[in-house]
Amino acid sequence: MSTNLALDARKARFAGRKRVNLLAIALAMSAMAFGLFWLFWILFETVRLGIDGLTFATLTQMTPPPNEEGGLANAIYGSVLMVTLATCVGAPIGIMAGIYLAEFDSKGWLAETTRFVNDILLSAPSIVIGLFVYSVVVSNFRSFSGFAGVVALALIVIPVVIRTTEDMLRLVPAGLREAAYALGAPKWKVIGSITMKAARSGVITGVLLAVARIAGETAPLLFTALSNQFWTSSLSEPMASLPVTIFKFAMSPYENWQKLAWAGVFLITLAVLGLNIVARALTRQKT
Amino acid sequence: MNQATSPKRALSGPFADQVFGWLAKSAALLTMGLLAAILLSLAISAWPAIHKYGLSFLTSTVWDPVQEDFGGLVMIYGTVATSLIALLIAVPVSFGIALFLTELSPAWLKRPLGTAIELLAAVPSIVYGMWGLLVFGPVLATYVQIPLQRAFDGVPYFGAFVSGPPVGIGILSAGIILAIMIIPFISAVMRDVFEVTPPLLKESAYGLGATTWEVVSRVVLPYTKTGVIGGIMLGLGRAIGETMAVTFVIGNFNQLDSLSLFQAANSITSALANEFAEAGEGLHQAALMYLGLVLFFITFVILSLSKFLLAQLRKGEGTKT
Repeated sequence: MSTNLALDARKARFAGRKRVNLLAIALAMSAMAFGLFWLFWILFETVRLGIDGLTFATLTQMTPPPNEEGGLANAIYGSVLMVTLATCVGAPIGIMAGIYLAEFDSKGWLAETTRFVNDILLSAPSIVIGLFVYSVVVSNFRSFSGFAGVVALALIVIPVVIRTTEDMLRLVPAGLREAAYALGAPKWKVIGSITMKAARSGVITGVLLAVARIAGETAPLLFTALSNQFWTSSLSEPMASLPVTIFKFAMSPYENWQKLAWAGVFLITLAVLGLNIVARALTRQKT
Repeated sequence: MNQATSPKRALSGPFADQVFGWLAKSAALLTMGLLAAILLSLAISAWPAIHKYGLSFLTSTVWDPVQEDFGGLVMIYGTVATSLIALLIAVPVSFGIALFLTELSPAWLKRPLGTAIELLAAVPSIVYGMWGLLVFGPVLATYVQIPLQRAFDGVPYFGAFVSGPPVGIGILSAGIILAIMIIPFISAVMRDVFEVTPPLLKESAYGLGATTWEVVSRVVLPYTKTGVIGGIMLGLGRAIGETMAVTFVIGNFNQLDSLSLFQAANSITSALANEFAEAGEGLHQAALMYLGLVLFFITFVILSLSKFLLAQLRKGEGTKT
């Protein structure tokens, strides 16, 4: 009789543990569904409203005044120009610093501090970068300018590229380096033609991810490049960019501006997610 | 290379080597200098405000550009409140996602699902902002706020929490959108640290008859505790510094006169985004710079803490098997 009671108690406890486990599994699955739900909802609305607002004129005409026909051509041009220049400035610096961390000094105090600072910069609020560039560039030149926007974006590129370059160089087997040194190659040649070549697709991935990151950045451009209603190629003038234009248009009460903003959001999302997927495909081939 | 041989090598190396090494080193130094330069330039630009208000800036709720009297408490409150709401939602959800990806998901689903969650992190914040303002806000107002207001109409304390015009902007919607934005960061860190747990430990627990939940809560979680907290800190740092999404949905209202979760408010980042370009030089700009400095300081402390905790976990690797 007493053994039966003990058995029943154990069975009950086991059933209880199973119930808790089932509940936990169900909650974990719903958490996963919760995460996917937002992704699909956001993408769905972006595509639905974006395609609705997208016409041929969006790509060819200038940003209009309220309630008039127009497009986003100058904003797209400004964005492409600033992102390209910022990548050209930021990526080489980031790659060089990444090389330093991985190949020259991987354990010293300088490397440790740089790595720490880099991680802070990687997650630092981008609006603070905007404030910094404002106080250093804009307030000294007394004018908002595309040039200041390029500097702000380049400062965001650097930490992203440093991180991936260092990680990718560390994946290169030491044997490759040693073989090259044994053949008498100088260090710059070993890095330039052996390790960087081996890590090439990884480094390119890092740069692509950095481009994707700055293509959607708005906060650092708000008070550096500002915005401009007209087409300009001059870096010393305020310059329109897609994200800032979207910000201005989306917050407005005018229907045509909001429509253009959705078209812009669609273009940005397409570009950024596209770059991310390409970058992922590149590293997958590698590993 | 150890330290004894490296200086000799650098000296005897050919010219090109020296130039290359020097270039690489200066790039690293430049990055390091950047942090100091940011802190310094913010402090200099904020000096008029720091000099005038000192630390009382942090406790004053007045923000009056016309009278030139400034205090940051309203924005600091907005930043803290929205980030806390975001953490309350994001932490359990991220834990669930990490648990699913490491213990439950079939192997062929792990990669696509992981990528999908990571893509959530890649969506630019302006997209979240616009979606939040024009799509999510109205939904939140009609299906959550209005029913809540009806249910709690006249109830003393609860009524105050849900009062306000039903437009769907305010602290709560900013918090929810921040939560969606930081879920990928927290769950990615959690997933990575969960995978650090030695399989031997987990298999022993399963072998003793533990359920999946028991393995995760009594073996994996204690083992990865510091890493999990580090991941949460990382998410918090992101939430505090997020600008555009918050600016769209928080409503930019510089007064602190209601407890309501649906009341328009302001955060440090949204105040900067909205007012800085228009602020005239002088005290207004200095006060905004002061806010930026406070923001940078808070995120700096949180991120350092997060990095320290994650490093702790990595140190433990290999010793506690």
